[in-house]
Amino acid sequence: MMRLELVKRPQKSRLMSVLSPIVAVALTVVFAGIVFAAQGHSPFTGIWYFFLEPITSLWGVEQLITKATPLVIIALGLSVCYLSNNWNIGAEGQLTIGAIVGSILPILFPDFVSPVVLPLMLLMAMAGGALFALIPAKLKTVFGTNEILTSLMLVYCSNLFLDWMVRGPWRSPQGYNFPITIDFHEWAVLSAVDVGGIYLNLSAPIALLLVAILAVVMRSTLKGFEIRVLGQSPRAGSFAGFSNRRMTAFAFALSGALAGLAGMMVVMSEIGKLQPVISPGYGFTAIIVAFLGRLNPVGILIAGLVIASSYLGGEAIQTSLQMSSKLATVIQGVLLFFVLAADTLILYKVRLVPGREGERAHA
Amino acid sequence: MGEGSGDSTGEMLRRVGGDTPLLEVRHVTKRFGSFTANDNVSLKIMPGEIHALLGENGAGKSTLVKIIYGSLQPNSGEIFWKGKAVTVASPAEARAIGVGMVFQHFSLFEAMTVAENIALALPNCRATRELCETIARVSANYGLPLDPNAHVADLSVGERQRVEIVRCLLQNPELIIMDEPTSVLTPQEADQLFVTLRRLAEEGCAILYISHRLEEVRALCHHATIMRRARVVAETDPANETVNTLAQLMVGNEITRVTREKGKLGPEAILLKGLTQVSQEAFGVSLHDINLSVRSGEIVAIAGIAGNGQKELFDALSGEEPLDKEDMVILAGEAAGLMNINQRRLLGAAFVPEERLGHGAVPALKLSENVVLTRHGTGEGIARRGFTRFGKAGRIVETVTSLFDVRKGVVDPEARSLSGGNLQKFVVGREVERTPKILIVAQPTWGVDAGAAAVIRQSLIDLSRKGAAILVISQDLDEIFEIADRIAVISRGHLSKAEDADTLTPEKVGLLMAGGAEKKGAAAA
Repeated sequence: MMRLELVKRPQKSRLMSVLSPIVAVALTVVFAGIVFAAQGHSPFTGIWYFFLEPITSLWGVEQLITKATPLVIIALGLSVCYLSNNWNIGAEGQLTIGAIVGSILPILFPDFVSPVVLPLMLLMAMAGGALFALIPAKLKTVFGTNEILTSLMLVYCSNLFLDWMVRGPWRSPQGYNFPITIDFHEWAVLSAVDVGGIYLNLSAPIALLLVAILAVVMRSTLKGFEIRVLGQSPRAGSFAGFSNRRMTAFAFALSGALAGLAGMMVVMSEIGKLQPVISPGYGFTAIIVAFLGRLNPVGILIAGLVIASSYLGGEAIQTSLQMSSKLATVIQGVLLFFVLAADTLILYKVRLVPGREGERAHA
Repeated sequence: MGEGSGDSTGEMLRRVGGDTPLLEVRHVTKRFGSFTANDNVSLKIMPGEIHALLGENGAGKSTLVKIIYGSLQPNSGEIFWKGKAVTVASPAEARAIGVGMVFQHFSLFEAMTVAENIALALPNCRATRELCETIARVSANYGLPLDPNAHVADLSVGERQRVEIVRCLLQNPELIIMDEPTSVLTPQEADQLFVTLRRLAEEGCAILYISHRLEEVRALCHHATIMRRARVVAETDPANETVNTLAQLMVGNEITRVTREKGKLGPEAILLKGLTQVSQEAFGVSLHDINLSVRSGEIVAIAGIAGNGQKELFDALSGEEPLDKEDMVILAGEAAGLMNINQRRLLGAAFVPEERLGHGAVPALKLSENVVLTRHGTGEGIARRGFTRFGKAGRIVETVTSLFDVRKGVVDPEARSLSGGNLQKFVVGREVERTPKILIVAQPTWGVDAGAAAVIRQSLIDLSRKGAAILVISQDLDEIFEIADRIAVISRGHLSKAEDADTLTPEKVGLLMAGGAEKKGAAAA
């Protein structure tokens, strides 16, 4: 009788750190093939439509970047939270409140038309998201409440607040009673520019810049060191002179600000006004992106693209193969599962060992 | 140790019991991955025998004991109980055949009574009046007086150990395994324990006794098995050995003794004036009016049994726990009571906490990153304009490695991959390499083998002779007498006056540890 044994490695395996996401993606493709086959389609056709067809056209690539951008920006902030052991689940709410606060300018002051409106809106959205995120942070540090619950519950508060705003005080007089606000003026929207056949706006380069900044911060600054130390060992962190309370406030404020920024840019580029629903759950999906990217800025960039492509893949199999787009959610979940499972290989190696007489007798 | 155990007569050590071995371990091998923890180990324990198991940290004692007690399964080898081959698949099975164990770290619920704690280990789990009577009777019989209705939180460490022993005795064991039972006891409490153990042995109960304290092994044990690097290297009658020969068998080569000469005393570098602090934690200890001065060039040790305010005192000195008044702690002439830990480090102070992993070092970070942990705010340029310089930290790792003989597999390993002794050398070396003016260190050699302990103690002495003021908080009296110039004792948050080490004996310190230090202006007279 043989059995599998996990043996702890003395050091993290560098090879496996690189290989494990690839292993996970490969296993997910195999799994997806099985699912397509079970649905009565050729696994290869299914895999083609789901994973590859969406990015064969320029339009598909444009969609991919548009969807990935908010996911990446939000996940960057969340990674700082999770690395420092602060469990912010409420990015969706911070995104919403950020977008509402940033929208004050074009909605309440439609005559204030100037090039400074756009940067002001982005800054206000970041401040709004940050302040809203500080609520669960303060509840945690002052009263010791569980931030997972409070940040999650505040999502529902913020969504209902947005709903009330667009149906009530901010409803457009010219909107035929639809729950929408007035359209933003020209200096309050992000217009797309043609880059080699793909239309892109400012948000994608901002996401790339943020990835680069966070990569440097985490790698070689004292702040990045502080984030890692406090997350792994709070007592050692205070021995180093770092403060857990201040880190909680910092991490929540940062991730709230980035969620607010992402929310504002989605509204400014894709919608151009406020309406009851402004995000297809970017704030929640970004949690998956953050972990899929193993809380590493560059990893998050790649993970954001992978998850965004699964959204497009879902639409593609729906239109081409008449399969439910909910399959995309299944495949996202399976991907996260394989990524976390494959991570085991970084810290452990797998061995086959022969079973032993005595242990079998007692098994 | 105590006088009663100092001399050993053949009469006291006569063994009672038959000639069939009670427990025999034959050729047991246990591997963890590529690491062999027990390599072809054999051990024979006779009924009524007090059998010592000796060895440095990491020699494989704990693994062997866990195999006997059923919490680990060997890769090969056999265990015989009263001449019959057995497989001990779990601690429950071990207890069923008559093996009991008293752990080094107690597993008691503090909020429950003695009887309730004991009942938890029994099949029906009910603290009946009958059980209370049995506890009172058994504990009185063996010289371990216990009140079954007392809450564990109110008991001293020695009394808590009695609870563990009585719990073990109620299961009528024929073999009791004791893991470092005296490491937390005062000398007087230890002597009391020896009386009980001899009494048990006379009744035919065998005891497997694990200890680092060779004096007490010589006085107490009939037989000793000595392990080194996963193998049994010697079996001997400890009464025929000296402490030095036993230590040599354990370590394999002559232990380097620390050398000490009086240092030149400078100004007062650490001054505590009426340090008072009410503990905020449920089972914490409040500090009461603590006064102490440590001058440059001397080592002052604070002795005491664990949990008497050492942790709170360390946190107050390091600045991890803020104080009410700034002049309660004066470091290098500056009122530092309100400063945080890095401001205190800038005054030339360095700190080594008791817990290596999780407090002194982050387990999953590399050694160089762990250098940044305590030295980024010391003005040495390890962090500049918000950027960290891991290269510079890496060079410090190299210096510490060569100065302290830190043994590691790769150039810059993660802290958790080092053995306890090597990590402790690194954690102490990281601070000593800075040549601080003030060093405050808790349990510098706790759970560290003799070789590493000698290196660490010598480095502390050398540092003080170069003009540093050193405060050592330790439970190890041997260590304290080896390195300290003056000794104070902490007991329930009170600190006795620091006395010259040459005028003190372990017995006097023991009396202070057992509560004498709590009297106003107490000193060993």
